[in-house]
Amino acid sequence: MWTYTVVVLYLFITAWLGWRGYRGTRTALDYLVAGRGVHPYIMAMSYGATFISTSAIIGFGGAAAVFGMGLLWLVFANIFVGIFLAFILFGDRTRRMGYNLEAHTFPELMGNRFDSRFIQGFSGVVIFLFMPLYTSVVIIGAAKFIATSFGLDYQVALFGFSTLIAVYVIMGGLKGVMYTDAFQGSIMLVGMLFLLFFTYRMLGGVTASHRALADLAPLAREVFPGTGQQGWASFPLFGSRFWWVMVSTLIMGVGIGVLAQPQLAVRFMTVRSRRELNRAILIGGIFILVVVGVVYVVGALTNVYFFRQAGRASIQAAAGDVDEIIPLFISQALPGWFGVLFLLTLISAAMSTISSQFHAVGTSIGRDFFEKSLRRGRGAGSIAVTRLGILAGIVFSVFLGYWLERRFGGTGTAIIARGTAIFFGICAAAFLPMYAGGLLTRRITRSGAIAGMLSGLGSALFWLLFMHLKESSALLLCRELFGRDSLVEGVRTGFIVWDQVDPICVALPLSLLVTVGVSLATSPPPAAHLARCFAGVGRKRSPGRRPGPEPS
Amino acid sequence: MLGLEAPSIWLAYLLSILAALLCVGYGIAAWNRGAKTETPDEEPEVREWVKEEKEIEEEL
Repeated sequence: MWTYTVVVLYLFITAWLGWRGYRGTRTALDYLVAGRGVHPYIMAMSYGATFISTSAIIGFGGAAAVFGMGLLWLVFANIFVGIFLAFILFGDRTRRMGYNLEAHTFPELMGNRFDSRFIQGFSGVVIFLFMPLYTSVVIIGAAKFIATSFGLDYQVALFGFSTLIAVYVIMGGLKGVMYTDAFQGSIMLVGMLFLLFFTYRMLGGVTASHRALADLAPLAREVFPGTGQQGWASFPLFGSRFWWVMVSTLIMGVGIGVLAQPQLAVRFMTVRSRRELNRAILIGGIFILVVVGVVYVVGALTNVYFFRQAGRASIQAAAGDVDEIIPLFISQALPGWFGVLFLLTLISAAMSTISSQFHAVGTSIGRDFFEKSLRRGRGAGSIAVTRLGILAGIVFSVFLGYWLERRFGGTGTAIIARGTAIFFGICAAAFLPMYAGGLLTRRITRSGAIAGMLSGLGSALFWLLFMHLKESSALLLCRELFGRDSLVEGVRTGFIVWDQVDPICVALPLSLLVTVGVSLATSPPPAAHLARCFAGVGRKRSPGRRPGPEPS
Repeated sequence: MLGLEAPSIWLAYLLSILAALLCVGYGIAAWNRGAKTETPDEEPEVREWVKEEKEIEEEL
């Protein structure tokens, strides 16, 4: 009974904070000025809570139980690349250029930077089409945990949670989102610290639990024969199937892909000054270490718990369902009240990420594609399209959440981790070269950006459909056309197992080469346009003068 | 280190913590770097843009 009371109280506080933030935005001169008073703690928590979702906690936690503690390299990448480099290299430049170019969304920033409606419209469509994959896996993560903790059917939990999310997003969850994010981020922080403390204590302390995990190496090799798994406290064998999944898909795909996430890049544009970004780095680094670091360590250690309980590995205890491992561990191993705290942690993680994802989905189709690209800036009707876009995104995501679980549930596939990695990989291939190039250099041209985006997206999709075994075998197109699951099935060149190489390893370098090559072959953009884009960018202190309004 | 024998694992464990400490160190060192406000919002054109921005945000 008190589980429900705590959940209702939590939802009430979230609603109250959302309303407070919303009202604050209305009474202040504008939302940017209101942003000036925002404490960097709130900015960093908002970024962190948007970055980290149930995908990281349930999906990657489960993946850590399969692949082992080597996944800690992703924690390092998340902090060093996703926070430190992202804030220092991209943060202030994105903020300043977004301001100079009057950009409200990520596609708009890119479109205005390269003076191309096509870039804006096309990026909008890419986000609209592929973001639901990421959203759906975040929803799956929450639904799995709700189903386990309340003893519900997965489908019931999925539709119940989706309804809650739809109400949250539509009832104004997008407004005042910084306050609710900060509240939700704080809950995540406390929840994960408790989880780490309990797990280490239960298994006999830090050193003893790590040793116990290392001692399970023979079991790990027995459970995953022929995969290159060498134990959960070791890295998989170099060049093996597990090594490629871990390094190319999980660590590189997500570690690098985070730099080109539209819903995160847009966060930079909402802060007032460089100072706030600098301060946010401090809190962001700790937040990511605590939240993801804890869950990957605990994920791997669940094997020790399940082995002591029933002599089985985590994946066996969860009947082959990778995304079920963390929910099962929480419900069986930890005290009941922690289950409630963790439930709040997960709802928080899911809500903060999903609201920003749907915001990106709706604006990408309403503003970027429909208003700016299709109607060439004549705005009428774009609000209705944005709302319809959000609705379509929700329906599509819930359908994917249902279908993916039905198709891959119980097959040992880390659905959530892979779905996240695919989306991050597509974003990196399509957007990263032009985003980084557009911010850091003046030499990237419109043609270079377009060619890079198209070649990156094209090659990433080709690789997913015809080469990368896990997806190509599921999507069936390769089998229909060529009678086999992958064009490179079983092909090996040295240590490269081609059907396991993640799309990001091929598509990102290609996209980068094409962007640079085409840019060098075409003439640079007009100096006046560049001066407008780069006004104050990269300086310690800016003159503070904003260029005149853009002719429309 | 801490019962982790494989260098590829304890190194990742250590680097994750060091990366977080780097963020903390940088955050402290740069605490007051950069102006609190870098753009004058009192100018009429900026105020107008800000209003427009708010309207667009509300629509979205």
